[in-house]
This record gives sequence, structure tokens and C-alpha cells, in this order.
Amino acid sequence: MMVNRDSEWVRMFNRRAAVLAGGQAALISALVGRLYYLQVVESDRYVMLAEDNRINMQLLSPPRGHILDRFGQALAINQQNFRVLIVPEQVRALGATLEALSHIITLSEFDRERVKKEATRKRGFLPVTVRENLTWDEMSRIQVNAPDLPGVTIDLGLTRFYPHGQDVAHLLGYVSSVDEADLTGDPLLQLPGFRIGKDGVEKVYDLQLRGKGGTSQVEVNAYGRAIRELERQEGEAGADVILTIDERIQGFAAQRLGEESASVAVMDVHTGDLLALVSNPSFDANAFSRGLTSAEWKDLSTNDHKPLINKVLSGQYSPGSTFKTVVALAALEHGVISPEQTVHCSGSYNLGSYVKHCHKVHGSVSMVRAISLSCDVYFYEVARRLGVDKIAPMANRFGLGAISGIGLPNEKPGLIPTEAWKKAARGERWAPGDNLNVGIGQGDVLATPIQLAVQAARLANGGIAVKPRLVRPAVQGNAPITDDARPEFESLNIPLAHMEIVRQGMYDVVNGPPGATTAMAAKLKLTEPDMKGWTISGKTGTAAVRGMTAADREAQKRDPSSVPWHLRDNALFIAFAPSHAPRYSLAVVVDHALGGGAAFAAPIAKDIMELVLRLDPSRKPRAEDQIASGDAPAQSEVR
Amino acid sequence: MSDMGFMSARLRRGDMTPGEKLWQMSWSLIFWICCIFAFGFAMLYSAANGSFQPWAAPQLARFVVGLGVMAVLAVVDVRLLLRYAYAFYGIVFVLLVVVDLKGFVGGGAQRWVDLGFFQLQPSELMKPAIVLALARYFHGVNMEEIGSPTALLVPILMVIAPVILIIVQPDLGTALLIIMGSGIVLFMAGVRIWKFLAVGGLGLAAIPIAWPMLHDYQKNRIYTLLDPDRDPLGTGYHITQSKIALGSGGLFGKGFMAGTQSHLNFLPERQTDFIFTMLAEELGMIGGLILLGLYVILLIYGYAIAFRCRHQFGRLVAIGITTGFFLYFFINIAMVMGMIPVVGVTLPFISYGGTSLLTLMLCVGLLMNIHVHRDVHMGVRGGFKDF
Repeated sequence: MMVNRDSEWVRMFNRRAAVLAGGQAALISALVGRLYYLQVVESDRYVMLAEDNRINMQLLSPPRGHILDRFGQALAINQQNFRVLIVPEQVRALGATLEALSHIITLSEFDRERVKKEATRKRGFLPVTVRENLTWDEMSRIQVNAPDLPGVTIDLGLTRFYPHGQDVAHLLGYVSSVDEADLTGDPLLQLPGFRIGKDGVEKVYDLQLRGKGGTSQVEVNAYGRAIRELERQEGEAGADVILTIDERIQGFAAQRLGEESASVAVMDVHTGDLLALVSNPSFDANAFSRGLTSAEWKDLSTNDHKPLINKVLSGQYSPGSTFKTVVALAALEHGVISPEQTVHCSGSYNLGSYVKHCHKVHGSVSMVRAISLSCDVYFYEVARRLGVDKIAPMANRFGLGAISGIGLPNEKPGLIPTEAWKKAARGERWAPGDNLNVGIGQGDVLATPIQLAVQAARLANGGIAVKPRLVRPAVQGNAPITDDARPEFESLNIPLAHMEIVRQGMYDVVNGPPGATTAMAAKLKLTEPDMKGWTISGKTGTAAVRGMTAADREAQKRDPSSVPWHLRDNALFIAFAPSHAPRYSLAVVVDHALGGGAAFAAPIAKDIMELVLRLDPSRKPRAEDQIASGDAPAQSEVR
Repeated sequence: MSDMGFMSARLRRGDMTPGEKLWQMSWSLIFWICCIFAFGFAMLYSAANGSFQPWAAPQLARFVVGLGVMAVLAVVDVRLLLRYAYAFYGIVFVLLVVVDLKGFVGGGAQRWVDLGFFQLQPSELMKPAIVLALARYFHGVNMEEIGSPTALLVPILMVIAPVILIIVQPDLGTALLIIMGSGIVLFMAGVRIWKFLAVGGLGLAAIPIAWPMLHDYQKNRIYTLLDPDRDPLGTGYHITQSKIALGSGGLFGKGFMAGTQSHLNFLPERQTDFIFTMLAEELGMIGGLILLGLYVILLIYGYAIAFRCRHQFGRLVAIGITTGFFLYFFINIAMVMGMIPVVGVTLPFISYGGTSLLTLMLCVGLLMNIHVHRDVHMGVRGGFKDF
């Protein structure tokens, strides 16, 4: 009985055990199936996900190309920037380490708090920047103390540095962090801390200067800590941009302008190379690169001398008497007056009931004399005979009324009015009196300093439509530097005889009529020895600004400093040299000067031109030029 | 009488000397257990990036101790096990109560009692204890008695009481393991199928009531099972990373100690709950299948011992313990492959952990004991009477 029941139970047990084992076998098969599905069927997908997991692509920022002057002098380079970093997880105690550091380098309370805050936010192995721009001394002190400062490291970064920051600030622009609007899809732009050109040459040639980013594939763990580098593809450093600027001239001009609100443009009359392009006052481009403080910004933006504006390109001035050269050529071309024909200057000019004054009583003046004495009455008469629509095309041929095309941002076109223009812009008919104003470069006529330099160049080179350029073409690509061949320019089709008359007038402005020595000539005579008898030719201009009352004008005649600064006349001077074989042209505009073009702008022009001529390659350089010419010890710079 | 006949007569009576019992142990089973452990040892060495510390060496020491525990248990007279099964269950139950009370007093969940040299987890010990207690209960109970509903009241209470204590800890995984393991023992003891269906139905009906009582992390684990991509960096992170690691291992694996996902810390808990993932990443599907094969061999031994045993107690203990092994490795592997929710169940003989390994060796000891005492005749109360 007992045995019977027992065996009944055993049969039941065996049956159920078989069911149980069967169930377990099925479940184990499910495991095998799942294993097969994950590791064989779906394996490729998971391999990809695994690589995504562990490989972190990092962009390597390429070093930005340098900007050099025509002789290779560095204008914008990348400077080593020593930074001191703290890796919080390697530090024994953060507070104590910062305290120790503050005995070695200057460390503000603000910096300390910032580091502490950052260290708590980031993962422990990510370095926190304590200070940037360490001096060599500070860096060495930290290195020496390194054994006592675990977790403190020195890191070498690159920042943009402008060795001649003040001289070339407007020209070069600056670099700054990328804005939303700058994003073009170049992944480099999304790198934290990446800088792009925001103005000037830095902006226009940004793509060349930027280079191409490299990539680094880094294996990271689940916390993002880099384990090792798997592959590295070096980027391409940015290409250098070589300007036509001669830093020596640029620097001298900037210095010569002193505190004045003024512009200078110096140009090669044959090639169009711009040797200097100065707007004064300036600012320190390096400050923009590192970031301005609000006080600095307020200072710059509220200064009435407008240091942030590049006046040489965007300052529009009445050209004043410098415009008479153009009017004279138009008169000769249209035959409204012959060179020898004279106009009598009695000190004033009547047109109907309208009376205009000359600054002096000149008597009978021919064209050459009219230019050299800057007689207004002569040009009132000539302009009346011509009418504005015959003057404007001549002005346009000399580059006035249109941007010069050197490619920098914010260049202004100036204005050469016509009858049609006035109708369209103001809805008014052209009045005969308007012609008189145009005749002496006032009224609606506006020109920028660079246009004036181009005008002077085209006068100097005998009527060739030279165009200014800022970048040496030979180095824009990777092509070897060729013999700096003169670019071909069109002719302005002005008879040489006409040009000679105007140039004679300009020669006389500076050097006085043949045989006579004027006060001006004494002042502007090149004093340097060994100048091969070179002389300067030029034309002064003194232009009234809008808003000046007759009372102010009288006051200005007595004492210019009694008139508010912003109402004083602008002083202009255009020039070329050497007079008889011109090579360089120049324009100087001084805003609201304490004197006219002759008294104020011309001496500046003379000093600059003297340096330009002294540096001319046709002269044997003297020993002191050698030193000044940039063979100075090489800057510490890094590619 | 031949020598053999003499032996079997002594076996039947269960009066072998300890030395004879050691000789009677299934040395081949020990060999397979060592194989599985060796697998685990190698993986722990790899998990520590090629170092015996901090996991492989301590685990080896515990395994050696575990072998000793196993041998001792194997030679204990099976009738003593039967006799003291309830006492053992009672002691473990009291420990569970103590742990829960400590948790209430201490304000935090605790699963262990600190014995000074060892942190004992009573919930782990409850697994063999409940198997022994149930086997003791059903030993000698005939089919008619099993059929009566009152006879089931006591075993069901024996299961429910510790399960409630363990859920409170809270350790849902272990509680479920105990319910499933006990259920299998009841099933094998001869409880009617419809009764299981009834209880299962009741259990389903209880889900809406039990659901609000679950902890948020427990609910999240179930959500994650239903949709692993729901929160890939949160609750789903572990399982997503585990599948990536496994899948990227492919057929042949990335090589020993060359698992990128596990070694770069994308894989959590690679030395404990997710060790199978690392194994399959480094050794591929081949490695995974070999381990599964070893477990199947273990199961076959368990079944063979159960079938071969002449007494009800031994059969139920053997089948209960074998089922326990199965549940352990099935749930763990299914979990890391994203087939079931994440529960804290370790991979037997492989995962790092003292209590778990010692409990497992204790179970192997019990299994071995049944093997050694397969022919012993036992009375209903573990008496020595020969019938």
C-alpha cells in the first residue's frame, strides 16, 4: 500500500519534472535566440552605436594666417598665451591651492571665486582656467613651484596680437567671437573660443586667414574623459595676407597726426599700392581681441574725434580747393577758357544779385596762377561757363563719386552732384549759383580721403586710371611672388598738355612761381640732404563745414580757436612727388583744424612725403634707415 | 556478499563514515561548478582591467570557503537536515524580522545583518531555507492529503510570510524568486494545476491593487522593459548600454579584456549584475553559449540527482535547488538582454558578491548531500527507522 502510493507519487513527480524541464529548455532556447538576435542579426547596428559611444570627434582649430606689411613686417600675428589651469580632481584642496597660487602670481578675489564656482559645476577632470595672458616671469614662477602645486598646469593657447595695434587698427579690423549671424556651416565656427575677423582686412580675408580645421578622434569613457587619441588629421594653417602697406610710413603718419582727428592716404601712382591708410585717432586692436571693458567702450564710442570710424574710407568731406584741379581740366577739355586767358579777381564775384567772395584780391590770373594762388573768382567764372554737368564726368574720371574698390567694409562713395541728381534727390532745379560752389569744391561735392589720394595719383601719373590696392596680388594665391609687375590701367584720355598746366599749378602751390620764393615754399621745401633736388607738388583745400554762421566765419578769421571745434574748417592737402617724375601721391585731411590746408595739412603732408621719398628704393638707404626699416629683432611669434 | 552489496546496504542505512561520504560526492559536478566559477573568475579579472584586485582574488577565496561549506553540508546526515529544516527556516525568518526592524529604526532600507566578519543577507539564506522547509513539509505526505485545501494552508503561509518581509526591505527581485521557486516546489510536490491557475488569477487581479504600492524605481523598471528607449539616459540607460555592449560583441567577441563598452564604463555594474554583458561583449556569442551550456549541464545534474533519489524530501530539495539555479541565471541573462525588467539578480557562480556565492555553494552542498544520501530510507519526521 505504502509502496503503491509512493510509486504513484513518483510517476506524478517524473511527469511534472518532464514538464518543468521542457519549460526550462524552452526558456533557455529563448535566451539563445535573443543572444543570436543581438549578437549576430543586429550586431552591425550595435557596433556602430558602440563606436558612437566611445569615439569623440574633436575639431582642431588651425592657426590663423598672419597679416604682413609689404616688407614682411608683422601686422597681425598669433601670440602665445600662457594660461594657468587647475584640474580640480588632482588638487589636494582647491582653496589652499588658489591661496598658494596667489602668492606666486596676482590673482583677484573675483578670479578665485569664479574658479571655485566653475570647479563645482564641471566634472573633476576638466580643467578650469585660472588666469590668462601670463607673463614669462609668472609662468616661470609657477613652473618652478610646480612640485608643490599638484593639479596646476600651464597651457599654451594662441591669441591674435597686433604688434602695431594703434597704427593699423582701422585697416586690419579685429577678431572676435562668432555670432549667430556668422554661422555658415563651417564646423570651425562652432568651436568654443573660435575667433573670426569682424572688420577690416581680418573680415574681408577671413576665409584665407582662417585655414581649415583638423580633426582628432579621441576615445572617451562614459564620463567623457579622454582615454587616448585614435587618429589625428592635422588641419591647414590659414594663409598669410601681405598688404601693400609700409608699416614705417603707416606708423609715422599715425604718429605725425598726433591728437588730431585726421586721415592720411599714401599711394604709389603707378601700381596703386597703398603705402599708408591712416585714420586718427585710433584704438588698440588688441583690446578688441581680448574684449573691451565697458569703460573702454564708453570712452571710444562717445569720443567726439570718433576713433571707431575709419575716416580715410568713410569720412566724406567737401574737397574744397583741391577740386579746382579737376575743374581746370574740365575747362580745358571743353575749351571754355584757354590756359593763357585771364580772369580778373577783384575779391568778389557777382552772379545776378548773388555775390561770392574770394579770400584775397588777385587781379588778373591765368589758369596756372589761379591754381597756385587758389583764386576762387577764377573758378567761379570757369564753373559758370562749364556748368556742373561738364565738371561731374571729369571728377568721376579721377575716381571721385564712387568707392575706390579696395574691398574694405564701410567705404563711402562721396558725392559728385549733377543737375539730374539734385532734381532726383532734392526735387529742386539746379541753380546757377550752385555751379559756383561746385567750382571751388564746396556745396554738395563730397570726397573721401582715399579718393583724394587716387585723384592726386591720376594727376601725377599723367592721366592713367590707377586703382588703389591694399593686398599684394602675387601672394593672394599660392603662386610664387612674381616681379611686382605694374598692373595695366586704362588711360583717362586727357591731353598731356592739359595735365602739364594743372601740374605746373600744383608745383607752384608748393614751390612758388618760377623765380619767386613764397613763405609756403620755404616751409614745404624738402630739407633732407641728398634728396636729388626732388620737390613736392600739391594743392591745398580749406573747406567750411555746414552749420557755420557768418559770425563764426568772422570770428574764425580773427582767432580759429574761439570757434567751437566741430564748426571749424577742415584742412586738406593733396600732393605728389617727386614733382617731375612722380611716384607717390598723398592726401591729408584734418578735421576742424586751427588753420587752412596750407597752414595745417600741408606741413603734415610734407613730413610724411619726406619719409616716403627717403624710403624710396631708388635711393641708397642710409644706415639709420636700415634700422628703421624693420630689420629689428624678430618678434616672438607663433604660427 | 560482494563488496558492492556491502556498500549499498550501508548506503541504504545511511551509516557511512564521513570519509566514505566524501568519496561518494559527485566529483564531476564539482568539476563543472569549478568550470563555471573559472569563467567568472576570468571575467572579474577582466572587469578590474587585468587585475586580481579588487574582485577576482576575494571571490576566489570565498569560492574555496564555499567548497568547504559544500563538503561539510554534503556529509551531514540527510535525516538531520530533515529534522532541523523548520528550525533553520525559523532562524532565518527571525533574522529577516530583525533586518526589517533595523530598517525601521535606522530609517533606511537594510538587507543585511553585520556579523563582524561577514555581512549576512537573510533574504539570500531564505531561498534554501524555504526549499528545505517545504520539502520537509511534503516529505511523506500522500497524494490524498496534498489534495485537501487545508493541507496547503501551512506551506502557503510559509511562503507568504517571508515574502512580505522581503518586499518590505524592499527587494522585489528576491521576493519574486522565492515565490517562483516555492511555486515550483509545490508543483513538484503534487499540488493540482488548477490551484496554481487560481492563485495566478488572484495574482493578476491583485496587480491594480499592488501597483500603487510599488516604489517609483520599481515602476520605472517595468516601464523601461515596455519601452527601453523611453529615457535612454535615465532608467533605460543601463539596459540600452547593455544591449549595445552585447550586440557590438558579435559572434566572436572583442577579445578577452578588450571590451570597449565595459572598460570605458558605459556598462554599469559590470562586476555584478551585468557581468554576462561583459562576457558576451568580450567573448562573443560563442562565450555566451558556452556559459549557457555549462548551466545546462548543471541543470541536468540537478535533475539526475532528483530522479535518482529514493526519498521525497531529497527529490523536492534537489528539484527546488536546481530550479533556483535556473531562475537565477535565466532572470539575470534575460534581464541584461532586455527581455525582462531590471531586477537585482546575480549570475550564479559568476557575479561578484560574497553572500550570493556562499548561498549558492550552500545550495550545491545540499544538492550534493541529496546525491550522497540518495538511497537512505527516511521516516516522515526524519527518523532513522528502516521501512
